[in-house]
Amino acid sequence: MDRILQVQNVTKKYGSKHALRGVSFGLSAGKIVGLLGSNGSGKTTLMKLIAGLAQPTSGGISVLGVPVGEASKSLVSFMPDRPLTESWMKVEDALRFQQDFYPDFDPGKAKRMLEFMKLSERDKVRTLSKGMGERLQLTLALSRRAKLYVMDEPIGGVDPVARTNILNALMEFYEEDSTILLSTHLVTDIERIFDEVMFIKEGELVLHSEVEELRLQRGKSIDELFREVYAEC
Amino acid sequence: MTIEFDNNQPIYLQIMNYMKGEIVTGKLKPGDKIPSVRELAAELQINPNTVQRTFQELERETIVETRRGMGRYVTGNEETILTIKKEMAQDVLDRFIRGMQELGFQSEEILAAVAENIEIRTKP
Repeated sequence: MDRILQVQNVTKKYGSKHALRGVSFGLSAGKIVGLLGSNGSGKTTLMKLIAGLAQPTSGGISVLGVPVGEASKSLVSFMPDRPLTESWMKVEDALRFQQDFYPDFDPGKAKRMLEFMKLSERDKVRTLSKGMGERLQLTLALSRRAKLYVMDEPIGGVDPVARTNILNALMEFYEEDSTILLSTHLVTDIERIFDEVMFIKEGELVLHSEVEELRLQRGKSIDELFREVYAEC
Repeated sequence: MTIEFDNNQPIYLQIMNYMKGEIVTGKLKPGDKIPSVRELAAELQINPNTVQRTFQELERETIVETRRGMGRYVTGNEETILTIKKEMAQDVLDRFIRGMQELGFQSEEILAAVAENIEIRTKP
């Protein structure tokens, strides 16, 4: 199967502190992959490196064989953990903003997603609740026809009902031949949508496996494994 | 359809058992069309690849057939369905007998308990 993402022995240091240490893995096409880790384990750093928003101290990352940099940004759609929208914007402005930046932005898909999310183009971004704000961010990210979607905590700050809505939207609108890398520390609600999970701990990749294999071999849920791995944190 | 998932078990096996249950109890009839991967994934809120795997396994066991360009259908072969029914019954029996043995019951006692319970249930 097509290799979408290749991460090769990546280390990232901030000053003398290691945020990531010798991380290597590959992701193939058509997978939804959970990047799991407690706060401060290195999830966001890794995602920023993949999105090309920061440079690794050593090691290499490529998307469809293209080294991460300007050229890879047209292949990767990144949803950061903090909104990119400005407070003066209405939803329609946010969409136009995204469209200006990315030629692969699909306005038709964005419209369908807004409807699904019960968001109006006339809504002011500033007055959206946290859950609605996350839905907008998800719409912005998923409306691009990218090969790799990198989503940092898309269900981080919302209640269980809103979480279900966001997951529904994700299942409804993701492109089957693309790959989603999604970070979270809320495992229970979301583990059923993953093909694979990666556990990252203190900057190191400690586990990368298919979820059904994990369940079959260990007879445990991903949430249980997660609690075991991070018990001493 | 709704399935109470147990995250400790592979999801595709749970959907398989559920579909088999629907088929042997006749809720899904021989020749009925089953939902597409996309539909079922959306309905159950799970990964489409998991549903895909379920369908592949059901096909391998010839419970479900793909008709090119038309979708997937429950097998028209009643014998296959009967076999599945017997297999499922065997699972229930295995679990029951093991449970009773673990509680310390002997074979005759188990038989007597079953007979007695059936009698109670069939009384008006």
